[in-house]
Amino acid sequence: MKNCEYQQIDPQALSVTPLSAQNLGEKKAQSPRRKWEVFPGKNRFFCDGRLILSRQSGILPLTMGLIVVTCGLFFAFDCPFLVKHLTIFIPVIGGVLFVFVAISLLRTSFTDPGILPRATPDEAADIERQIDTSGSSTYRPPPRTKEILINQQVVKLKYCFTCKMFRPPRTSHCSLCDNCVERFDHHCPWVGNCVGKRNYRFFYSFIISLSFLTSFIFGCVITHITLLSQEGKSLVQAIEESPARYPLSLVICFFSIWSILGLSGFHTYLVASNLTTNEDIKGSWSSKRGAEESENPYTYNSIITNCCVTLCGPMPPSLIDRRGFLPPDEPIPAASASDIELPPFRAKNDANMCTQSTKDVLERVVHSSDFPVLCSPGTPKTTPQVLNVSSRAAPTSEPSPSVGCTQQQARQSAATACPPFSRSNKRDSLHSINPAFRLASPSPTLSHTTLILGDAPDTGFNPLH
Amino acid sequence: MAETHSLQDMRQQAAITAKVFIQRDYSSGTMCQFQTKFPSELENRIDKQQFEETVRALNNMYAEAEKLGSQSYIEGCLACLTAYTVFLCMETHYEKVLKKIAKYIQEQNDKIYAPRGLLLTDPIERGLRVVSYNFVSIQTEQIEHFSVLFFLIRAHSR
Repeated sequence: MKNCEYQQIDPQALSVTPLSAQNLGEKKAQSPRRKWEVFPGKNRFFCDGRLILSRQSGILPLTMGLIVVTCGLFFAFDCPFLVKHLTIFIPVIGGVLFVFVAISLLRTSFTDPGILPRATPDEAADIERQIDTSGSSTYRPPPRTKEILINQQVVKLKYCFTCKMFRPPRTSHCSLCDNCVERFDHHCPWVGNCVGKRNYRFFYSFIISLSFLTSFIFGCVITHITLLSQEGKSLVQAIEESPARYPLSLVICFFSIWSILGLSGFHTYLVASNLTTNEDIKGSWSSKRGAEESENPYTYNSIITNCCVTLCGPMPPSLIDRRGFLPPDEPIPAASASDIELPPFRAKNDANMCTQSTKDVLERVVHSSDFPVLCSPGTPKTTPQVLNVSSRAAPTSEPSPSVGCTQQQARQSAATACPPFSRSNKRDSLHSINPAFRLASPSPTLSHTTLILGDAPDTGFNPLH
Repeated sequence: MAETHSLQDMRQQAAITAKVFIQRDYSSGTMCQFQTKFPSELENRIDKQQFEETVRALNNMYAEAEKLGSQSYIEGCLACLTAYTVFLCMETHYEKVLKKIAKYIQEQNDKIYAPRGLLLTDPIERGLRVVSYNFVSIQTEQIEHFSVLFFLIRAHSR
């Protein structure tokens, strides 16, 4: 009689009608795409998704250039002299340090900092539903904070409107990369990437080794000039006689040494107290702020343990599957499909909703993207509310604070992010506007559809009339 | 009639796309742990004990992956000394545990959840944010849908 097979229902798998069969045919003609090609954040990918960089990779070439030029000058001019007068180990040590710096820099720049993938529509709807089921039938925007207890310390979790989820503790949304990053430290333009949970240890080893390298080169150049001057010539004469390029490496080293050493010292303090730059700037755990005494709940109260945890702890995996393949029948939002679906839907609206089959309803859910058209008359009242929400939401999107490394115009980027918020918020809000709508019409969330179809025969569609 | 289904069956067929999400539990910090509170949607499908056992086993495995023991320190120090190039050749401890977790979830699905019409998804596919239980559907032929349609009309006209 019936051909039953247990199969997990996928919204995409519901498309069996001629309209969707055509779409499927078209899609199969394309080659399978990798997930990095449709990644929503502002990132650039290289080597087919293996390497990730921020789209604003700004001054990374400058950083590389400075390091290479300084080391090149050092090896070309100082080393021959010092090898003759001192020891062969000088270029060896220099070489080792240079290799270390280069590898750390490349790893910091091209490693996923701990980006959290955005919530799927099902999850976002589930979160919204959990917040919404407190009894009120009118739509309320998801509350922006949720308080939890971590080690007897109250911590507020914020809701990210871009990623549609409550951010885990210590996670922050980088406005430059448009991603939520775990254990967000700061966005470093010198490195061209965010510094977060997964690449903090690379960043730290980069700045420490760079401090050693610049100090070493500075010391060697000073030694060189001193030795020259000791050979009977005065200091000024020695500098004049040497090629004009000698002072260049000296000057670069002199200026960078203070900033690099300062930064290394600052980050050593952060590592020892298990803090991030973000938390330090905001003063999240500072006991001086207000009357509340808040302590850092993440610290292990021991410098050695804190250092070991941050630098030598287990290496978490990348949560964004960059090189995975997209499912072959990924639904492409089709505005045309909704137009086709619309007239028959409207005609049936007043008539019995039960005349639609299960699959029909679910198909509409999958193919229609333009929900305002399908709404019951109750919608216009709530739309202004939604737009208010989105305009309120935008200014509070996290600017990514950072010190010593960058100057950001966070407000600009928050402002530009406003239109997308309003669009997506509108779409998400419409499915839970009023109970009549919920019972009578299909909604984007399939869990709502469950409620619709499950309750339909019993209620007899009274709310519609 | 050949296409007679009870209202109950039809409702069950209709409840094919529900997903239950189990969120993260942050009470012990940023470690990957999931809430063991039993969701009400699963009441008819599995026992509370079975559910708690599964979630606790997952929590223990993630705790093992993130454990700060001598092994992870040695791995970290070795990586640091080799300028992190060792990660290109070697699989990290975390990745090994993730494979173990995937195998465990597969096993649980085969033995316990598939017979009850549920599917447990690996949290790594969701960015370690949630564990989700998907209700598995019964996929029917086109002709069955007409029969369901017919039955709906009948139910309404009653």
